[in-house]
Amino acid sequence: MTCAGFFRPGGHSFGVWVVLVAMILFGLLRYENFGGAYNISSFLNYNAMFIVISVGMCFVILTGGIDLSVGSVAAFTSVVAAYLSPYGIQVALPGAVMAGLAIGGLNAVFVVLMRIPPFIATLATMLGAKGGALVISGAQTISIDWELNFTKLGMEKAFNLLPWTIVITAVVVVGLWIVLERTSLGRTVLAIGGGEDASTMMGLNVNRAKIFVYVLSGGCGGMAGVFLASGFGAGQPLEGVGWELSAIASVVVGGTLLTGGMGSVGATVAGALLLGLVFNILNFENGRGVISLSAYWQMVIRGGFLFVVILLQSHLARRSKGATQ
Amino acid sequence: MTRTLTLMRAGFDPTRHGALCALGGILLFNLLVTPNFLHAQTLFVNISQVATIAIVAMGMTLVISTGGIDLSVGAIMALSGALAPLIFLSEFAAANPTLGLVASIIVPILVALCCGVFNGVLVSYLNVQPIVATLIFFISGRGLAQVMTNGNLQTFTNPSFSYLGTGKVLGLPFQGWLVLLIAVVLYWMVTRSVFGRQLLAVGGNERAARLSGIPVHRVKIGAYVICAGLSGLAGLIVVAINSASDAARIGNLMELDAIAAAVVGGTLLQGGRAPIFGAVLGAVIIQLVKYTLLANGIADEVALIAKAGIIIAAVYLQQARKE
Repeated sequence: MTCAGFFRPGGHSFGVWVVLVAMILFGLLRYENFGGAYNISSFLNYNAMFIVISVGMCFVILTGGIDLSVGSVAAFTSVVAAYLSPYGIQVALPGAVMAGLAIGGLNAVFVVLMRIPPFIATLATMLGAKGGALVISGAQTISIDWELNFTKLGMEKAFNLLPWTIVITAVVVVGLWIVLERTSLGRTVLAIGGGEDASTMMGLNVNRAKIFVYVLSGGCGGMAGVFLASGFGAGQPLEGVGWELSAIASVVVGGTLLTGGMGSVGATVAGALLLGLVFNILNFENGRGVISLSAYWQMVIRGGFLFVVILLQSHLARRSKGATQ
Repeated sequence: MTRTLTLMRAGFDPTRHGALCALGGILLFNLLVTPNFLHAQTLFVNISQVATIAIVAMGMTLVISTGGIDLSVGAIMALSGALAPLIFLSEFAAANPTLGLVASIIVPILVALCCGVFNGVLVSYLNVQPIVATLIFFISGRGLAQVMTNGNLQTFTNPSFSYLGTGKVLGLPFQGWLVLLIAVVLYWMVTRSVFGRQLLAVGGNERAARLSGIPVHRVKIGAYVICAGLSGLAGLIVVAINSASDAARIGNLMELDAIAAAVVGGTLLQGGRAPIFGAVLGAVIIQLVKYTLLANGIADEVALIAKAGIIIAAVYLQQARKE
C-alpha cells in the first residue's frame, strides 16, 4: 500500500509523530510559558508559511520531482501582495496567489512539456523569480501601511478564535490532505512516484497530475508570500533564501521518500512543526540563561537534525527492503 | 586522428559547439557594445572572478558525472574561508609565520576533504539521495563557519596569503593559472586514469559498473571528496581576493553557478560524461554574461533572469538532441 493516512502508525512517518509528541512534552514540562496561548499562537503564525510551502513541496516530491523555486516565489509574491495591498486583502491575497500559480505554471511547462529535469527547471525559475522580485521592487522592501486590512491577517482572529493565518493554513492542509487521500488526482500523484511509465501504461493522466503538482506548489509559494508580507508588514524581495531546502527537509523528516510514491500531508506538517520546534525550544533554553547559543547554532543544529533523520530513514528503508525480499 | 577522437570522446564533444557559439556571440556583442572591453584590465577582472566558479564547476562536473549533485559547495567554501584567517591570525602563526601560513592553507582544505568524505559515504554506503545528503552541509556548513567566527567579519593584511587571489604570474592572475593546472590534471584523470574510466562507468550505468567489479562506493566517494577539496580551495581564493572573510557571504549561491556552468559546458545530469574543459567554458560564459550586463549598466537582478534563461536553453538543447 502506498497510501498513508494522517495519523497512520507504521511505515516511515511514525517516527516523526513520536518525536514531535516527545518534544512538545519536553517543552511543556521544562518551560512555564511553552503551552501558553501567546507562544502557541506566535509559533504557528510564524511557521504557517513554512507549513504551506512544505505541503506543496510534498506533492511535487511524491511524483518524484522537486521544486527549488518556492522560496523565490514567496519573495516575489510578497512584493506583489505589498503592491496590491492598498486595494484591500480581497485583491492582494488572490493576486499574490495567482502570481504564484503562474510561476508554478511556468515550472510545469518546463518540466512536463519541455521535459527539462525538475531540479534544473525549478532552479532556473528560482533565479528568475528572485530576479523578478528584485526588479519590480527596485531591490527595496515595499512597506505596507499598517492601517490597511491586509496586515491584520496575522493578528485579527477569525471567529474570535485563531488568527486568520492559522485558519487559512489549516484549511489548505486539510483540503490538500483530502485531495491526496480521497481523489483520483491524489491517487495518480502517488502512482506516478511509484512508477511513471507504469502509470502511463495503466492509462492514468500522468501529465495532468504533474502539471497540477507544480502549479499547486507555486500557489503554495504565493500563499506563503502573502503570510510573509502581512506578518512583516512589507514585501520582502530578499527573503525566501533557503526556504526550498527547509521545505524539502520538512518533507524528508516527515518520512516522504525523495524518490516519490510514498508519504503523507500530515507527516509533512509534523516535519515542518518539528523543525520549527527546534528553534522554539532553543529560544526558551536561551531565555533561561542556561546555555547561550547564537542564531548561527540553529542552522548547525537543524543540519544535525536532518542528518539523524536521514540515518533513521536509510535504516528503515533497508529494513523494509530486507523484509520484502 | 586518433587524438582528435579521444578529444571528442572525453572533452571536446560536439554538444559543446552550442556553448562555443554562445561564447563567440557574447564576445562579439561586447566588442561592439561594451566600452573599453579590449582592455587588459577587463581580462584581469574576469579571470580573477571566473577562477572560483571554474574550480568549483570542475568538481561539480565530476560529481554530476556519477549521476549525483553537490549542494554543499558554497557552504564548504565558507567553512574553509572562515578557517584560514582564524589560523594565520592566531598566536601560533604569529610565532611561526611560515608554518602558520602553510597550516592556514592545508588545514582548511583538509577540513573540506573531510566534508567530502561525509557526503560521499552518505551517498554511497548509506544510499541517501545526493540532493538530501549534501543538503546537510548546505544547511549547517555556513552555520558552523559563523559559529567559529562568531559571525564577525575578519579582515587582515597578509601579503603571502593574499597571493592566492591577487598574485600575478607572467602578467596574468595567479588563480587563472591554477584553473588551467587543475583542468589539465583533471582532464588527464578523466580520460587516462583508471579512476576516470571507473567514474564515467559508474555514471553511465551503475548496476553494470558494480557487476563488472568496479568499486562503485569508493569511486563515488572520490568524486565528492575532489569536489569538496576544490570548493575548499575556492573558498581560500575568495578570502585572499578580498583580504577579508565574511562567513555569511563566501560562496553564497555558488552551488547554482557551479551547476549552471557544468550544465552549460555539456555535462549530462544523468551522469556518464565529464567534460572538464566544458565546465571551464561554462564558467567563462556565466561570468561573461554577468560582466556584460553589469558593464552595460544593467542591474544585477536582471543578470539573475538571464542566467535562468541560459540554464533552461542549455538543458533544453541537450534534451532535444537526445530525443
